[in-house]
Amino acid sequence: MDKEYVGFAALPNQLHRKSVKKGFDFTLMVAGESGLGKSTLINSLFLTNLYEDRQVPEASARLTQTLTIERRGVEIEEGGIKVKLTLVDTPGFGDSVDCSDCWLPVVRFIEEQFEQYLRDESGLNRKNIQDSRVHCCLYFISPFGRGLRPLDVAFLRAVHEKVNIIPVIGKADALMPKETQALKQKIREQLKEEEINIYQFPDCDSDEDEDFKRQDAEMKESIPFAVVGSCEVVRDGTRPVRGRRYSWGTVEVENPHHCDFLNLRRMLVQTHLQDLKEVTHDLLYEGYRARCLQSLARPGARDRASRSKLSRQSATEIPLPMLPLADTEKLIREKDEELRRMQEMLEKMQAQMQQSQAQGEQSDAL
Amino acid sequence: MAVAVGRPSNEELRNLSLSGHVGFDSLPDQLVNKSTSQGFCFNILCVGETGIGKSTLMDTLFNTKFESDPATHNEPGVRLKARSYELQESNVRLKLTIVDTVGFGDQINKDDSYKPIVEYIDAQFEAYLQEELKIKRSLFNYHDTRIHACLYFIAPTGHSLKSLDLVTMKKLDSKVNIIPIIAKADTIAKNELHKFKSKIMSELVSNGVQIYQFPTDEETVAEINATMSVHLPFAVVGSTEEVKIGNKMAKARQYPWGVVQVENENHCDFVKLREMLIRVNMEDLREQTHTRHYELYRRCKLEEMGFKDTDPDSKPFSLQETYEAKRNEFLGELQKKEEEMRQMFVMRVKEKEAELKEAEKELHEKFDLLKRTHQEEKKKVEDKKKELEEEVNSFQKKKAAAQLLQSQAQQSGAQQTKKDKDKKKQSSWLLMKSTLRLGLLELFFCSLL
Repeated sequence: MDKEYVGFAALPNQLHRKSVKKGFDFTLMVAGESGLGKSTLINSLFLTNLYEDRQVPEASARLTQTLTIERRGVEIEEGGIKVKLTLVDTPGFGDSVDCSDCWLPVVRFIEEQFEQYLRDESGLNRKNIQDSRVHCCLYFISPFGRGLRPLDVAFLRAVHEKVNIIPVIGKADALMPKETQALKQKIREQLKEEEINIYQFPDCDSDEDEDFKRQDAEMKESIPFAVVGSCEVVRDGTRPVRGRRYSWGTVEVENPHHCDFLNLRRMLVQTHLQDLKEVTHDLLYEGYRARCLQSLARPGARDRASRSKLSRQSATEIPLPMLPLADTEKLIREKDEELRRMQEMLEKMQAQMQQSQAQGEQSDAL
Repeated sequence: MAVAVGRPSNEELRNLSLSGHVGFDSLPDQLVNKSTSQGFCFNILCVGETGIGKSTLMDTLFNTKFESDPATHNEPGVRLKARSYELQESNVRLKLTIVDTVGFGDQINKDDSYKPIVEYIDAQFEAYLQEELKIKRSLFNYHDTRIHACLYFIAPTGHSLKSLDLVTMKKLDSKVNIIPIIAKADTIAKNELHKFKSKIMSELVSNGVQIYQFPTDEETVAEINATMSVHLPFAVVGSTEEVKIGNKMAKARQYPWGVVQVENENHCDFVKLREMLIRVNMEDLREQTHTRHYELYRRCKLEEMGFKDTDPDSKPFSLQETYEAKRNEFLGELQKKEEEMRQMFVMRVKEKEAELKEAEKELHEKFDLLKRTHQEEKKKVEDKKKELEEEVNSFQKKKAAAQLLQSQAQQSGAQQTKKDKDKKKQSSWLLMKSTLRLGLLELFFCSLL
């Protein structure tokens, strides 16, 4: 029997329309040492020249360079879909001779974005929350070494619980195929050893077609992605390809046999962009929020914290985290304990005196 | 005592022409034969980060497989690993020593990375200097371990030198012949390579780094050296694997997009490096090391020790006299220091003794004071005890007296007077009790304190 058509099968279309109208925003961070091809790759990924007029400082200027955070915003449009892409760059990472703690500004930056979102979310007017949280971090690993270096490990350890990390091997045209496999294997082992949580691709549903499943499995196998970037289009034979021309041949950026660029682009832009945003919101941001509020939730301070949250007028009134309050609570409790103890002592002494009095009376009565 | 040698006052030498063939044009050949029979010695230092291709390049350069286990990135500091090999080509024997920097560039704080390298180079100079200054020395037999060439491996970032490279090369340029090379150069496209090379050279020049200059004073090698110098730093690719190209095997790296041939001059500068380093300038490198870098080290070291070539009157010093003077000075200083230390030690002992004596005195005093106060306390308690006993006695007496009165009152039979007496008794009894209690409380508190 034919069921009557209700019509909520049109929901996905409505969602599509609404999201197109709203537009998408995405914040991508690129990190890694200089000279690994980060800027070239970003230009290749989004097929725009985000990094024009870039000045790379001289070695002598970089001796003690501190890390700066640079934000570049760009709006790109394709097929009617607008994306507001924010790129966060970390020039100066690993440049100076002493790189101790050079990752701290990055960690601080990521946490600041979370803090900002937490404030906005808990505010009174939530109409136009700007989401400036970092949704994904592409970390570039050098192909000239033998795996992760101590600086890589230190950076990844500092940010892995705060941002989705996708490890990438830059300038992968330095590696022959079997060298690439060996390096990928080594990096995967090191990541597991150091217990660094990189972004996990969600398993595809069992009802997807075989082709998709195979692609998905292939993609998961090729992490970390070995990429080559290029801003030039060269004529290889008859067709123009985006690639790097050498005397011995031309590396094609979009050739899956040459490098994993296509996989990265598909994953980042075509299939998992929304998932990255969701994981950032549901997992990483929630984790940050829970940690933040837990440090406020102490006995005695809990009520005060909730009360203060409700009565807030402006965002600047939140003391995040409210540690001084908890401290005074502790002091008050301690003082109470002391008073109680002293009272007990006094009572004991009084009882003793009364006892001795009673004893004296007893002996007198005899 | 110097012997006067008769010599013409003007050092003009006359040119004479020979009327026949004497045969001393074979002198260079004699030299070569002698050296060849002795064997040659060459020491290369490879400085570069882990995994940049130092071992592979050495294998490729010398066409052998030097055994080496690749290092990891987890070295806590930089250390130098030296390995010596005996190679032979035709009838020429070469004792080759390759020194590797293990762990270079891996640490997070690389401030001290250059130090082990400088220390190693200085140690080799020091060893040679010691041998030279020995009384019984055998320089002709000495295995020269001084570094003749330093290959500095630059990472192919495509931008410029790294800050670590600049710092390290500046520390090494006065101690060793530096030859900078770009490693893993098959990552750099041709158009980028030229820009990269000129950027590196200009950075080296602007920071005053002295790299090795290929000699251009001798006509036979001047031309080739001049043309090669233009290509510095050499962009090299190393490989020990062979790939079939055309109808023969050649050392190459096979990629999906092409094959990089190591010995193809269009692909990389490996052939140029081999020419320059081994085929043309090896002997010059050794000479430069001896006449320039070693001499500089020696001069600095001896000046440090206080030796001078000429004294204030411009008369040449003899090393022996200077040495003797130095030695006596040194011994005198030693003695003085010993005396000083002894005196200080005695003074310290005296001070300590005085302190201890004072402390002892204080302790005695304290002890006496305590004893006195204790005795006083004891006396007080005894007094109180006596008082109490007296009171008890008086009370007993009073009791006895009261009882007597009671019996008397009973005899008189007046209940009223008995009651009065009782009351009085009770009141005096209460008084007794209160004084007793007070006394007990006092004792109690005294015992508490």
